[in-house]
Amino acid sequence: MKYNPKINEEVAALQGFAGLHPLMHAGLTKGALKVYQEMNKALAAITGMYTFTFDPCAGAHGELTGLMIMRTYHMQRGDFGRTKVIVPDSAHGTNPASAAVCGLEVVEVKSLENGRIDVEALKPLLGPDIAGIMMTNPNTLGLFETQIEEIASLVHGCGGLLYYDGANMNPLMGVVRPGDMGFDIMHLNLHKTFSTPHGGGGPGSGPVGVAKHLEDCIPDLRVSGFHGNFGVILRAYAYILSLGKEHLREVGEYAVLSANYIKECLKDVYKLPIEGVCKHEFVFDGLLNDGAREGVPGATTLDVAKRLLDYGFHAPTIYFPLLFHQALMIEPTETESKETIDAFIEVMRKIAAEAAEDPQILHDAPHCTPISRPDETAAARNPILKYQDA
Amino acid sequence: MASLPYLPHTDADVRAMLDKVGAESLRDLYSDVPAKFLKKGPYALPPAMSEQEIRDWFHDLEAQNAHLKVFVGQGAYDHYTPSVIPYLTQRSEFLTAYTPYQCEISQGTLRYIFEYQSMMCALTGLDVSNASMYDGPTAAAEAMKMCVACTRKKNTVLLSKALLPHVIKVVETYAKFHGVNLGYIDASDGQTSAEALKAALTEDVAGVILPSINRYGIVEDHTGFAEAIHAAKALMVEYCDPSALAVVKTPGEWGADIAVGDGQPLGLPLCYGGPYVGFMTVKKDYMRKMPGRIVGQTTDKEGRRVFVLTLQAREQHIKREKATSNICSNESLMALWVTIYLSLMGPEGLKEVNRQSSDGAHYLYSELLKTGKFEEVFPGKPFLKEFVLKPKKFPGLMQKRLEEAGFFAALDTEEGYVSFCVTEKHSKEEVDRLVSVIKEG
Repeated sequence: MKYNPKINEEVAALQGFAGLHPLMHAGLTKGALKVYQEMNKALAAITGMYTFTFDPCAGAHGELTGLMIMRTYHMQRGDFGRTKVIVPDSAHGTNPASAAVCGLEVVEVKSLENGRIDVEALKPLLGPDIAGIMMTNPNTLGLFETQIEEIASLVHGCGGLLYYDGANMNPLMGVVRPGDMGFDIMHLNLHKTFSTPHGGGGPGSGPVGVAKHLEDCIPDLRVSGFHGNFGVILRAYAYILSLGKEHLREVGEYAVLSANYIKECLKDVYKLPIEGVCKHEFVFDGLLNDGAREGVPGATTLDVAKRLLDYGFHAPTIYFPLLFHQALMIEPTETESKETIDAFIEVMRKIAAEAAEDPQILHDAPHCTPISRPDETAAARNPILKYQDA
Repeated sequence: MASLPYLPHTDADVRAMLDKVGAESLRDLYSDVPAKFLKKGPYALPPAMSEQEIRDWFHDLEAQNAHLKVFVGQGAYDHYTPSVIPYLTQRSEFLTAYTPYQCEISQGTLRYIFEYQSMMCALTGLDVSNASMYDGPTAAAEAMKMCVACTRKKNTVLLSKALLPHVIKVVETYAKFHGVNLGYIDASDGQTSAEALKAALTEDVAGVILPSINRYGIVEDHTGFAEAIHAAKALMVEYCDPSALAVVKTPGEWGADIAVGDGQPLGLPLCYGGPYVGFMTVKKDYMRKMPGRIVGQTTDKEGRRVFVLTLQAREQHIKREKATSNICSNESLMALWVTIYLSLMGPEGLKEVNRQSSDGAHYLYSELLKTGKFEEVFPGKPFLKEFVLKPKKFPGLMQKRLEEAGFFAALDTEEGYVSFCVTEKHSKEEVDRLVSVIKEG
């Protein structure tokens, strides 16, 4: 979660944009079209892709669109047998779900102990039925897929394409370009990497970029009503202009610095399953000492997350990725100051100490929020989904 | 080093953090990346702009767009936005908040989604709403997938040809890749034909998507449709303008199983097509096949009434490739926008919006006919705020003159008609001026 600059909100609200009807012809919308053109150029420069479509309204929508492009590519070549897509076991849940919506069968490839894709396990999966692979790099453990060059060569060698899930693009901003690593198709989450507000779950924007040889696969794909979430694209464009070529390079580096700093400051009290440098995020596998004792079970990752709320920090993503039972994913960004990051570290250490002392404090957390833990089982068993149901 | 407001670290901060990590430089943090992939040389981007420069730049771009009075709908409607809405939705508690996974600190977000769901159910006359979809056309595409998922072994969905063109195109895209067969129902005399529907209801039909108000602006009569569709063991989907549901028969009243559409007419700015907000409501039987997030009411440990994300077993982060949909982020903030709009309007206010829009549209319709430059296409058919006419001459010159006079109106349709729309924002004087521009042309 980045800082959402106020100037971006200001420009997006201008009447000359907000009052524009989507069916106005090009002669009436020159300013809007220029935004799309300039954004296309900027995103191509940042990612190493050739061109982007801005129709997808969110990351998962971008994935779906990207996979449609992948299938279109194969179909245009008369290659109709490519019905499967490879997805690592560490992938975001949207990856396999998008593949299924796109009519592709999902083949899972396992990760190694070091958190990276098992290239040896990948090899036997490759063949004339493979449309491509979906990868997140750095992956959901925050680890760079160091064998990306070999993976790209293997997948391309079998006739497949490489899809880049841009959810984790932030650490590469200004440092590494997916296009240079061999990716053919990718999406970006403008509401993550390009500072547009999350809005409590949207609106997002998930533009999809393709390499030059896939340019002709985009035109017939109408995946949203008009031109995507123009208002979000405007904000992201303002963000790019404010960074410019001078500062874009710093985004990824600072995000990665923040993550590594937190990791090093906490790994003596939380279990770090995979050592080494991480990118913008990393995953702990629960507490080193969960305080378990006779009659009192140890504190879980859920408990830690809930206790964080008491101390004024938003809980991180928990129990994902699925590779570790007590996964706790910590993902700061470059816009948090060292002061804030140190305060977070202090709280995390305090919670670890509390767990060792008396895990019940954590089981009962949160104590200071407007409500306590809800009965989620009852919510699902007897759904009350509108006030008229109550 | 850190000279940008969005990058708060001082040089001393960076040094201290690097020391803790045991790295010499920031680039050392990329030691795991093969050197050949580290970008060398500058990025082909414009130089950084100051806030003042950014403001000027966007004002310049804005000025390159036409500033016209909008008398066109076709899926995006220029209704009035009460001024309180942007102020409230811009509050950072809503604007910058993350997805409400941590319910103990997200009751505000969860509560407005619950209210949104309640209001959408009330408007559509159905039982269960999700927390929102991307837009109307993608909501229709999700409904298409749902029809197939709910009926098993059936794989054909019928689309009325009277649906808005952009809805048909998006559904076609999804159908192609999801492997769903589409069939089409002809329109006759400006509305989806009951005879064509009955003839198309073969055994393989899983669902039928119909417009409540169609591409010609006509309010459709679906008497007997639900019976025919249900007799064929298929699902009935109504694509609606939620604003109009205050005055026309609801999907629930027509006997539909699913309602979808775009929430844009509920006070959302046109904004060149987005962000808008798709909605979906369904009968209770289909609740567990519905895509997207759903908020439910429950109690906390103290027995207080609280709200949580619920029925998540349907969703992609649990079910992965077996999920009902891949949707994750939706259009939450726009659902808030709709919720505030509906709270301000209330049932009576929404009826008033429709009354004024309809009065204006009917007035424009009769005034345009008086100019002698148009023929009626569907005489006597009921319409609300939008209608089509057939121009007697090629309309290009007329449209150009309208633009020059400050109007976006008389949009060409695929059938060779021109489409008009009037909302409560348009005064009689504006309508008269529009007519006079056409009359003089």
